[in-house]
Amino acid sequence: MTQDVPPRESSWPGRRRVTRRTAGRAGQYLALLCYLVFLAFPFLWLVSTAFKPPRELGTLHPTWIPRAPTLDNFRTAFDEQPLLRAAANSLLAAAVSALVAIVLATPMAYVLARLRTRFARAATGWVVVSQAFPLVLLIIPLFLVLKALHLVDARAGLVLVYVVWSLPFALWMLTGYVRAVPPELEEAAAVDGAGRLRTLVSVTGPLLAPGIVATGLFAFITAWNEFFFALVLLKSPEKQTMPVVLTHFLGAEGVADLGPLAAAALLATLPSLLLFAVIQRRITGGMLAGAVKN
Amino acid sequence: MRVPRDGGPRRRALLAAAAALPAAALLPGCSGGGGRRGKDGRSVLRFQSLAWQKESVDANRQLVAEWNRLHPDIPVQYVQGAWPTVHDQLLTSFEGGEAPDIIHDASDDLADFAYGGYLADLTGLLPRRLKDDIPARSWESGTFGGRVYGVPFLQEPRVLIADGVKLRRSGVRVPTAGEPWTWEEFGAVAKELSGGGGYGVAWPLKEPVSVTLNLALSTGGRIFRRRPDGRAEVRFDAAGQVVPRTIHDQVNVVCSAARTTLGMGGADTLPGFFAGRYAILPLGFSYRQQIAQQAPKDFEWTVLPAPRGAAGAVQGVSPQTLSISADCPRKEEAMAFVDFLLRPPNMVRLALGDWMLPTGREALKAPELREDRYGWATGTALADTLRAAPAQSVRGYPEWKDKIATPGFQEYYSGAIGLDELRRRLVHDGNLVLARYQR
Repeated sequence: MTQDVPPRESSWPGRRRVTRRTAGRAGQYLALLCYLVFLAFPFLWLVSTAFKPPRELGTLHPTWIPRAPTLDNFRTAFDEQPLLRAAANSLLAAAVSALVAIVLATPMAYVLARLRTRFARAATGWVVVSQAFPLVLLIIPLFLVLKALHLVDARAGLVLVYVVWSLPFALWMLTGYVRAVPPELEEAAAVDGAGRLRTLVSVTGPLLAPGIVATGLFAFITAWNEFFFALVLLKSPEKQTMPVVLTHFLGAEGVADLGPLAAAALLATLPSLLLFAVIQRRITGGMLAGAVKN
Repeated sequence: MRVPRDGGPRRRALLAAAAALPAAALLPGCSGGGGRRGKDGRSVLRFQSLAWQKESVDANRQLVAEWNRLHPDIPVQYVQGAWPTVHDQLLTSFEGGEAPDIIHDASDDLADFAYGGYLADLTGLLPRRLKDDIPARSWESGTFGGRVYGVPFLQEPRVLIADGVKLRRSGVRVPTAGEPWTWEEFGAVAKELSGGGGYGVAWPLKEPVSVTLNLALSTGGRIFRRRPDGRAEVRFDAAGQVVPRTIHDQVNVVCSAARTTLGMGGADTLPGFFAGRYAILPLGFSYRQQIAQQAPKDFEWTVLPAPRGAAGAVQGVSPQTLSISADCPRKEEAMAFVDFLLRPPNMVRLALGDWMLPTGREALKAPELREDRYGWATGTALADTLRAAPAQSVRGYPEWKDKIATPGFQEYYSGAIGLDELRRRLVHDGNLVLARYQR
């Protein structure tokens, strides 16, 4: 006796769902890949250019992989400009200003996030508005103020400006992170007998850590890439920062010493990339830790 | 115990103090000492140079080192600036009283600084040797309101860089500095060299105004005229229209010029030139350095003079200049350094480093600048034809250029508007702009 084959139609909706889901996932990955390629293109092109000899730069059909890769561009860049000194100056300015910005912004953000007063709302609003001021409006008054303080051509002056410049956004970012920490956790700690300082250090602090790291990274990269203030405020060659030194590879009417410029620019991007690579895991780890506690 | 959501005054004060501490700790004693004294306490003159090519930077640094060795009592510090940012950087430095003592810039950037009182009047400081060595036509470019504010020392004519093989094969007359092509001849040659997927000429006109105005001098076109009361006004007469019309027709009528390069800078057109897509590139003289560096080894290129018109082979230039800041406390010493830097052998070193022409008569006699290699001889032979760019002393020119002339010429060259509309914009709208500066 033969048995009827069970009707296949009954499994079709399930298969269709799986197929649809797979197609959707593939589409997502494809979109993500396109986005990554789009983001990575300038960097990959920079890497490619940095290793090309001059004759490969002037071709109508450039290749991704240099036909005759060379380190000459790096040699020339180092010969022509004090890149290491500039990198050290940038590193110092960026690290100190990021640290100071975080130290200042964290308690301020805590206050703004926890105080539900008109003042706190107004302060937060002002922080957002202050981001809208164009740089050119500020530079000459700022220059005069710093001159009065004898902080023109001083690294401390530049750090001060970077702190002031990154502080509003850092404050705004951190306020969001503080608000994400439930006050009930602090209340619970207090019920368990923890003092205010203990609560901040042992409960709130670890939950805020990823936010603090992310904000610090933002402040660091803002200062590392900043060009105009460094150009205007620092006069002595030995104090110039990396972005300022990079412009020395440019001539009038947009002409550039392209190979050495690409080599130097590649070196300038490395600290940011390394920092991201090192810190990214900690940001993720910190977020997960916060989630478990919550 | 419950942690209050709203902190009390004590808590707020604590937080404020915690926040202020690091800043307070950082500031005292951190001043870098923006003064103008060296480590040994001697007053130092700051020389901001815009040299950017390796040979040029080397030449400048070596000359500063030589000066410091010969004049230990007047030390000069070399500070590197950059062309793309020099105007903003100088402006803020002048406003803040922190400008470099000796300033390297281009003459077309000086007018606002000179009229603004930021630069020292050099008239009484110039040594006789330097004054006599540089021709009067070059001094014009650094003179504003009858006073000298910049010493012109390097200049860059516009030349035609041609593909040597295409030129030879075409059989056209090869122009010399003594007998350049006329504009009509140039138009015919461009047509002759077109075809087979290539263009006779490619005009890189990302910044079309200075190119057009400077070349228009050759046809007697002076877009800016001075009225008897000394005020400048824009005129766009028949003589001034020859060069723009030639370019327009090459792109839009004869199709002997590549349309795609209209929005490009000079360096952007080089790959197409090396690939044989364009036979001739009108470029600044210093682009030879890029060509020498980037051209394929077997690529044959040659330097030709720019076309001549009814007024001859003249063209406008904005030389590189050396100025002294009005705030400089040691102007005589600063001028002595400028004089040293611009002695004929030193001027030659600077010119070779920048691939440009020196302004000084003595420097122009140097054998290195008269070699055929890289077209040096052709360029040097053009020195007598160079005049101060017509627009650089006109107040309001930068605004006229950015708001009126640049979009106007771009649209005209691309064929979007006609000559009448271009004329209306340049003259009518342009004079309204200039009037605001000359009240």
